[in-house]
Amino acid sequence: MTLKIESINVRHIQLSNCTVMEGQTLKVNTEALKTILLEDPRVADVTFDITQPGDSVRILPVKDVIEPRAKADGGGFPGIVGDMEGTGSGITRALRGCAVVTTGPIVGFQEGIIDMTGLGAQYTPFSQLNLLVVHVTKAEWVAPHEHEAAVREAGVKAAHYLAAETVSHTPDAVEQLKWDSLTINNGQFPELPKVMVVYPCMSQGLLHDTYFYGLDSKRIIPTLISPLDVFDGALVSGNCVSPGSKTTTWHHQNNALLKECFKRHGKEINFIGVVLTPLHVTLAEKIRNAEITGTLVEMMGAEGVVQSQEGFGNPTTDLMMVCKQLEKRGIKTVLISNEDAGVDGRSESLPDGTVEANAMISTGNSNATILLPPMDKTIGDLVSIERITGGFSGSIQTDGSLLVEIHGIMGSHNLQGTGTLSAITR
Amino acid sequence: MGKKRVVYYTNQFFGQVGGEEMTNQPPIIKEGPVGPGTEIHRRLINAEIVASVICGDNYYSEHMSEAKRVIEKQLIQLKPDMVIAGPAFNAGRLGMACGDVCATASESFNIPTLTGMYEENPAVNLYRHQTYMVKSGKSAASMKKALDVMVDLANKLLSDESEDDIFQNPGMAEKLFSKGIRVNVFKEKTGAERALDMLLAKLKGEPYETEIPLPTYDRVEAAPGVADLSKAVVALVTSGGIVPEHNPDRLPAATAKHYCVYDISGINALQAGEYESVHAGYDPVAANKNPNRIVPIDLMRYLEEEGRIGKLYDKFYSTTGNSTSVADATRMGKEIAADLKKNQVDAVIMTST
Repeated sequence: MTLKIESINVRHIQLSNCTVMEGQTLKVNTEALKTILLEDPRVADVTFDITQPGDSVRILPVKDVIEPRAKADGGGFPGIVGDMEGTGSGITRALRGCAVVTTGPIVGFQEGIIDMTGLGAQYTPFSQLNLLVVHVTKAEWVAPHEHEAAVREAGVKAAHYLAAETVSHTPDAVEQLKWDSLTINNGQFPELPKVMVVYPCMSQGLLHDTYFYGLDSKRIIPTLISPLDVFDGALVSGNCVSPGSKTTTWHHQNNALLKECFKRHGKEINFIGVVLTPLHVTLAEKIRNAEITGTLVEMMGAEGVVQSQEGFGNPTTDLMMVCKQLEKRGIKTVLISNEDAGVDGRSESLPDGTVEANAMISTGNSNATILLPPMDKTIGDLVSIERITGGFSGSIQTDGSLLVEIHGIMGSHNLQGTGTLSAITR
Repeated sequence: MGKKRVVYYTNQFFGQVGGEEMTNQPPIIKEGPVGPGTEIHRRLINAEIVASVICGDNYYSEHMSEAKRVIEKQLIQLKPDMVIAGPAFNAGRLGMACGDVCATASESFNIPTLTGMYEENPAVNLYRHQTYMVKSGKSAASMKKALDVMVDLANKLLSDESEDDIFQNPGMAEKLFSKGIRVNVFKEKTGAERALDMLLAKLKGEPYETEIPLPTYDRVEAAPGVADLSKAVVALVTSGGIVPEHNPDRLPAATAKHYCVYDISGINALQAGEYESVHAGYDPVAANKNPNRIVPIDLMRYLEEEGRIGKLYDKFYSTTGNSTSVADATRMGKEIAADLKKNQVDAVIMTST
């Protein structure tokens, strides 16, 4: 399998009456895009905003962030937009340096913050991108679960539209990724340790689901997947666990851990596979998932595993159970986790643990509180901060600055290892 | 700018007031440095020990609040920029006094404080969170070594080096007891890079250091079963974030640091539209449709009527168990338990989500 990702670097986005790349500016025909999104009867209205790095802009509540992608032959997000056939191979067009952001209230609680400048911008990778913000208003009759689906799909459709419309533009870079059969993969580089990634994805109900080929991950069991599928839009986030630790669709598309494995493949490790593991709610499901994950990894012949993570608290139990299973089978395991060490950093960091979890990477204490400076413009609804994970009643200061736990910032302590944030004891 | 002001604390022995016979000496103040303070004073850069507080070991341990009050009063007048105490080595009573004086000064005056002691001194674990603590030898034979580090640290702190700088300087950090505080830092490598580095080290059997220490928990033994439920008062406690509509007490969606208590006397079931879930960690649709799914008052009333339980307690307790730190959860648990006990509740059903 070979996946060729052709990318265009987008330096600006402009709202316009035609969708086209002009130099490094992506012009977006908002009327045409709106027409496409309104084809969904659940969507009553759509409005757009744009913002770029350095703008004094705060966006909240953010649901998802998606990198514009489309297959050269039409598809792009299997199971949601376009064909499933050909996922993980062929040519995929990606618009780098920009992203689609979905926003708008769904059900009771809200999502995260993106600040385009100031202290908060340091905590989110999205402050470095040109953003097209899509606000979706649902039709009145639409129930909460359908509302979430409508917003999720609108984001994906918008991302697909932008890449598909600019497919004739000459790419700035081409990256070729190769993935072989099990026999070839396991036979090569005999001197290097065989390494796999265990890839947990949130699967816990409304606003806590992931979609694999359009399939709700609540309904999957741990399964071997091709990392090329991940890079090719097979995983879409429908998840709102916590803004800081969630794997947005953008984080799936640009999975930092898988990228790192590719980078070291053939040099320091032999990267032989990925197991996608759903994070379910009940103990029986957790036991089953840990057991199946352990068996799959052992069957593959892996010697070492890095297990990423999504969410916190309840999924920490999954993280530990899988770790125990792997170590029990003699497979050396490293975990990635955030910490909930309390606002003062004095609490025990994790709500669950096992002695086998002796190699953990910390993506930071999510309870740490920071003061985000006021911004000239808010895209969305500032008051929703009270209902955001990491926010609270009293978050909004009189001068417009926001006191939040870093939990509330999109991607602040992403558990695919995207950022450099960590925590130390002093 | 004038020299920065340092106040020094020690006991009767190092303060040269007397030996064990002076152990009941209440705090006294001397101008300038005394004992080990003299050496510290000599080596401080742009700072001086303006006064020394000397207190008998027994006096401090037996009259802690009184000693503390007197010293606090002195500090208000002396306006120090820093307090240095000890070192206490393995002397238990002196260790407690040094730790307590430093913790008090840090908290009340928001100034850096430092002391030094031996790892087995019981004061280490009691006070290391609240003050800088230099690792010292067991006895005064290691005085010079301890003072070297204490003076170096004092000069760093007085020149406004940040805590980050101090603890990220491996040469200094290893000479201090950790404060046990988790602090966020941006590292050079991404989490993914560090994960692969750590895995490679683990696979090769090379040393590596986990970034999150293994957790240790305070295990609570389960109480014995209730002998006769038909006479028991049973309370409902939930971490599922059920509150009256519009969340009057502003229970947060996650990382709650407080819990709410709601009166349910005369209520036979929670009605949709009157109660809702504010928990951001689970799908609230089913809970909002029927809040009894999280706080089963309807079923408890049925059991009450059947005589299966004596009585449903008149109040339910609610918080959001979502990214709550173990420390906050432990504190809330203790508070709720104490309140239930005071109100003679015999048993609790805890519902989680």
